[in-house]
Amino acid sequence: MRSIRLLAGAAAILVPILIAGSAFAADAAAGEEAFVRFGCYTCHGYEGQGAGTGPKLAPEPLAFDAFSTFVRQTSGDMPPFTPATLSDEELQNIHAYLESIPATPDPASIPLLQQLQ
Amino acid sequence: MTDKSKSKQAVTKVDRRKFMAGVAVAGAAVVSTEAKSAILPPGAPAPAAPSAMRPSTVMAQAEVATASVSAPAYPGTQNGKPGSDYMVDVLKTLDIEYIVTNPASSCRGIHESIVNYGGNRMPELLTTMHEESGTAMAHGYFKVALKPMGSLCHGTVGLQHAAMAVYNAWCDRAPILMMIGNEMDANVRRPGVPTTHAAQDPAAMIRDFTKWDDQPGSLQHFSESMVRAYRISMTPPYEPVLIVMGEELQEGVPEPGHFENFSIPKVALPTPPQGESNAVRETAAMLVAAENPVFVVDRVARTPAGLALMVELAELLQATVVDQGGRMNFPNMHHLAARGAAAIRRADVVVGMELTDFWGTVNDFSDTAHAQQGPIVREGTRMVSIGTGDVYIRANYQDFQRYQPVDIAIAADAEATLPSLIEAVRMLLDGAARTRIDNRGQAARDAYNTARSRVAADAAASAWNASPISGARLSFELWELIKNEDWALVSRDQSISNWPHRVWTFDKYYQWIGGPGGAGIGYGLPAAVGAALAHRPHGRLVVNIQNDGDCMYAPGALWTAAHHKIPLLNVMHNNRAYHQEVMHLQRMASWRQRGLSDGSWRVATTIENPNVDYAKLAESMGVAGIGPIENPNDLAPALRRAIDIVKAGEPALVDVITQPR
Repeated sequence: MRSIRLLAGAAAILVPILIAGSAFAADAAAGEEAFVRFGCYTCHGYEGQGAGTGPKLAPEPLAFDAFSTFVRQTSGDMPPFTPATLSDEELQNIHAYLESIPATPDPASIPLLQQLQ
Repeated sequence: MTDKSKSKQAVTKVDRRKFMAGVAVAGAAVVSTEAKSAILPPGAPAPAAPSAMRPSTVMAQAEVATASVSAPAYPGTQNGKPGSDYMVDVLKTLDIEYIVTNPASSCRGIHESIVNYGGNRMPELLTTMHEESGTAMAHGYFKVALKPMGSLCHGTVGLQHAAMAVYNAWCDRAPILMMIGNEMDANVRRPGVPTTHAAQDPAAMIRDFTKWDDQPGSLQHFSESMVRAYRISMTPPYEPVLIVMGEELQEGVPEPGHFENFSIPKVALPTPPQGESNAVRETAAMLVAAENPVFVVDRVARTPAGLALMVELAELLQATVVDQGGRMNFPNMHHLAARGAAAIRRADVVVGMELTDFWGTVNDFSDTAHAQQGPIVREGTRMVSIGTGDVYIRANYQDFQRYQPVDIAIAADAEATLPSLIEAVRMLLDGAARTRIDNRGQAARDAYNTARSRVAADAAASAWNASPISGARLSFELWELIKNEDWALVSRDQSISNWPHRVWTFDKYYQWIGGPGGAGIGYGLPAAVGAALAHRPHGRLVVNIQNDGDCMYAPGALWTAAHHKIPLLNVMHNNRAYHQEVMHLQRMASWRQRGLSDGSWRVATTIENPNVDYAKLAESMGVAGIGPIENPNDLAPALRRAIDIVKAGEPALVDVITQPR
């Protein structure tokens, strides 16, 4: 269903990312799976692009420490996801997935978007 | 009861009532005959005993010893003009174009009269697959046609089906002429199901969310009550009304000469209440003196005139307008247009006009484990309410929302009050005020241009090339194809993060009709069909961005669109879930620290396994179906094909697999 979603970049490839302070390599593909399984996409979109229900997460996500602090401790509209429900490893994988999302295309390169100019 | 008794004397239910009277007389005759038989000569034959059952022709001949009976005496045109023909006469005076119905035995009299006496024109019957859908059609129709449609339902169970749609219309202040059949008289009522479906007070079920109802006891009473119902319904605040039509009244035939004085009252709609002049002047003074006055509007524009007046007032003050979108209140690409709470947070004067929820407008409420709530306005912000919410309110259902204290409460119709408010503001504008207002206007233009310049970049960043397809991509692809047409959107766009309102230029009243009002699901598709019907004579290209969950409540509306040849472009927002409920389940599981990792939030919230094929669903009902479209590059050709079909006068549906929001 989402086969063309990541064609624009190399994000579909497993990208092991060493997270500062962690004992294992984060896995972007596993993070994408977790992003869907935990339902993060329902508010933020499959690409983390954001929607009326949740802010943009990617590309260029928050640094992991800030990201983790928010996810673990938020008291706003988004419910907190504690280690009891979302492990540190899964959280790091999700962050790796968000980091793997390619840059947004230049709007000037999209003819359809020029209709607003 | 007096009127009803008179009615029963005057309106003859020819066969049943005369027969029952006949039985009574015959019963007396039996006693008499038996008494007589005692004195009959021995061996003389006794007269035949009358049957207790409805006599057949043969039995009738035997009983009354008549030579022959050529035909049974049915009510209706053979014996005179039936009651339901008079009812059609009344409906024709009210300029009602359509009555939507799912056929019902309790309405058979009026149904037959509309078709055969009224010629099925003004009103014309529309076929709906479900009373809720039919009533939602009437709801959507009104918001474009600006005149009510009738919704004819079976008594009891038909009205029960319609009830949610009536509630939506009530919350959305949309007039609908609800009509149901009912038979109170057990003596003439058919036993079994018709009796199960009869009620002493069938209107009770929806009385809390209708403005008025009546169960007329005579045809003259019907005439007056239907006209009164129309008038009440069309007096702001517009609301649904209900008339209960007795079956006897429909099917009976008034005795000759009885209706020489039958009359249909003239309809003169009352003028809506305007704001009291001192309160209006005080509000104007507050607005002129303000640094950051903000208008928040929900259903202020009842008519195109309301839209024009709102623009005039906003421009006079160069004041921001936060349009909550219950109607087309303000052009979305105007430099003073705003959405969301930011402008309200900055305001020193907030004027709320025809708001559903003033409290929710100036307060924040976070749906967290420990609900957080509080004002978002600055301390000292002055507030004014103008609306008919203070004119008419009911107790049971909580659609009136929480109580919000204000500095001035003007109990009046906002649109009707706008001319005097504009005039009062104009009279107070001096040189200093004009300078302040001009500066405010320039700042608003600068802010608007900045925001506008971000839209393309935001769209590009919003999963432009993704599958499932983003709301941004869908909205841009659609806009490219409709922007040079005379178009209208007949669905909300909240479910795709309001992208149409961020991209399309809404500047005509009919281009936007708001939402269901009561948030009852199952409104979207039938309301879109009803709205498209009202657009049809104008030849507009009508677009419905249709939520998948809502569609599955009432897919039969597609058949109605095909059957009645109502051109409508349905674009499925198919995210394969009851998406809001997905988020609620996630929230609950998160608060309770369980069940998130295994995806259990999908249980009973998603519409997958199997996935619904909406193109096939549409095709099965005679609507051209295209899709599912998953690749954004396939979207434009699919939409183009569908638009060609719609422009040829037929409905079409494009199933688009979409991002959640």
